[in-house]
Amino acid sequence: MNGQSSLKIGASAFMGRNRMALSALLFFAVMMLVFIIARPGLFLRPDIYLAIAVSLPALVVLAVPLVFIVVAGEIDLSFPAVTGVTGWVFAVALSHELPGPLALLAAVAAGVACGLLNAFLVTRMRLSSLVSTLGMGFLLRGLINIAREGHGIDLVDHVDDPFAKILCGPIQRLGGIPAQLLWATAFAALGWALFNRHRFGARIKCIGDNPDSSREMGINVSRTKAWAFIYMGVACAIAGAWGDLQNWTFYPTSGEGYLLYVIAAVFVGGTPTWGGTGTIVGAVIGACIIGTIETGVIACGLTGFYTQFFYGLIIVLSLTAHRFNKGKSRY
Amino acid sequence: MRYLELQNVSKSFGKVAAVSNVSLHVDQGEVLGFLGDNGAGKSTTIRLIAGVHTPDAGEILVKGKRVSPWNVAAARRCGIETVFQDRALAEQQTIPTNLFMGREPTRFWGFLDVKGQRRETELLMRQIGFTSQAFSMHSPVLTLSGGERQGIAIARAMHFKAELLILDEPTAALSLTECEKVFSLVRAIRQQGRSCIFISHNIYHAYDICDRFVILDRGTVSYELRKDETTAQHLIERMQHVARQSSRHAGADELGGARSGA
Repeated sequence: MNGQSSLKIGASAFMGRNRMALSALLFFAVMMLVFIIARPGLFLRPDIYLAIAVSLPALVVLAVPLVFIVVAGEIDLSFPAVTGVTGWVFAVALSHELPGPLALLAAVAAGVACGLLNAFLVTRMRLSSLVSTLGMGFLLRGLINIAREGHGIDLVDHVDDPFAKILCGPIQRLGGIPAQLLWATAFAALGWALFNRHRFGARIKCIGDNPDSSREMGINVSRTKAWAFIYMGVACAIAGAWGDLQNWTFYPTSGEGYLLYVIAAVFVGGTPTWGGTGTIVGAVIGACIIGTIETGVIACGLTGFYTQFFYGLIIVLSLTAHRFNKGKSRY
Repeated sequence: MRYLELQNVSKSFGKVAAVSNVSLHVDQGEVLGFLGDNGAGKSTTIRLIAGVHTPDAGEILVKGKRVSPWNVAAARRCGIETVFQDRALAEQQTIPTNLFMGREPTRFWGFLDVKGQRRETELLMRQIGFTSQAFSMHSPVLTLSGGERQGIAIARAMHFKAELLILDEPTAALSLTECEKVFSLVRAIRQQGRSCIFISHNIYHAYDICDRFVILDRGTVSYELRKDETTAQHLIERMQHVARQSSRHAGADELGGARSGA
């Protein structure tokens, strides 16, 4: 009896702690069920999931650090442009015959520099993160456009590069799943540990909840927020490198399409807009929801014209579900 | 022996001088009552002692030694713990997160000692009499009552073995039983030879447990009295006198401003 009741309390505590992620998971399950019922022949076979698994990792990798930034009470709208800049640095480094690991290191350094610049504007210059990162987004994309004048960088010579295969190639022993899916899973697991089991995550939540109390308790609010922006920069470097290696070309528009999808993944996953609380698991599920909609809608026999409508519908429905689940304030 | 000493400490915010030339001290094993009307500079002085603000001028000495740089971490290293008027809680977070905010126990590379945190929290909750079934350790602080929140803020200060505990309006919004718990804590601190600064608008509460009183007025120390030199009624009269002087000065300032404007 005692064992049963403690199990009940444990299960209830787990549900309470993870209700937003579970709500997102339930929503994802219902959505997949609809797709399976609509096209069982397609959605009960692994091929379609392999296709989704190629584009999904970048969404996951970008959504995880964005949760930290949103929970800290800020936002980053420059990450698509930072993904472009880091992809550019990676492509330039590779095309100058730098070894793959060093090229990735150079991209990470560029991402860290962009993160530091964002952090400087937000924490030192005290600009609104919404506006300053929007400005940085335009500025960095503008920089790529001025430098590249619309020209990409061809990386086809590096198709056989073993480092590229480790970073981004299909893993035959695991049924051909793309390597980036494993990297994204590891990245998300690290993000979860940082968010839930590390001093950094604990402080990010306190800062987003009550920055004045955090200062009174000796937390360096500016420095902690700066780490969150740097973390985002590192994620952009990984997504930028994947973008280059998936197409074997760096495009000046690289990363442009991520903005709304990644933000939607974070909020659909159950992280609220007011800061102080959020979920990494939810963001990953949110990325799965967002990453599956387009494929699902088209596979169901609808034309591409319907995809934006369904994105909107699913985002609004899932936020409404979170609203009823949490029963607190506006999302 | 003097535990803490402020020598001619000043702090301004823009053109507003919140505290000017404040000199005061707290002895070991002493409970200092810090009194004053709203806007007298009590909270700014407390924030200066807690290291939230750094003084523009003057010195803060702990056991006769100047500590530089003076910030929250330095104040805590010196054994100064503060229960702020706003309680400094993050309300969406759990009780352990609030108890260890900014000083999370870690195991390696900054990863939290979650089990240790829970164990310490359970112990503290029992010590301060948190036995309610209505909430668990995972409950967000916003689900707790005002008294329970104050309990967490005080438990946090107690846990880190304060040499000087600063209580800013600790009895505001507390029930009689909860107030008595706070008084018992302050008496225990004195008995252990540790010090306390007690800030309250309730003169009877302050008179009951303090050994000495400092009355602040418009950012300066206007009176300093030992308990054996005064009574609660006398303290109230002094406070009223200070308040009358304050409003007279404010009226004169306004009049002067109006004349110069004219």
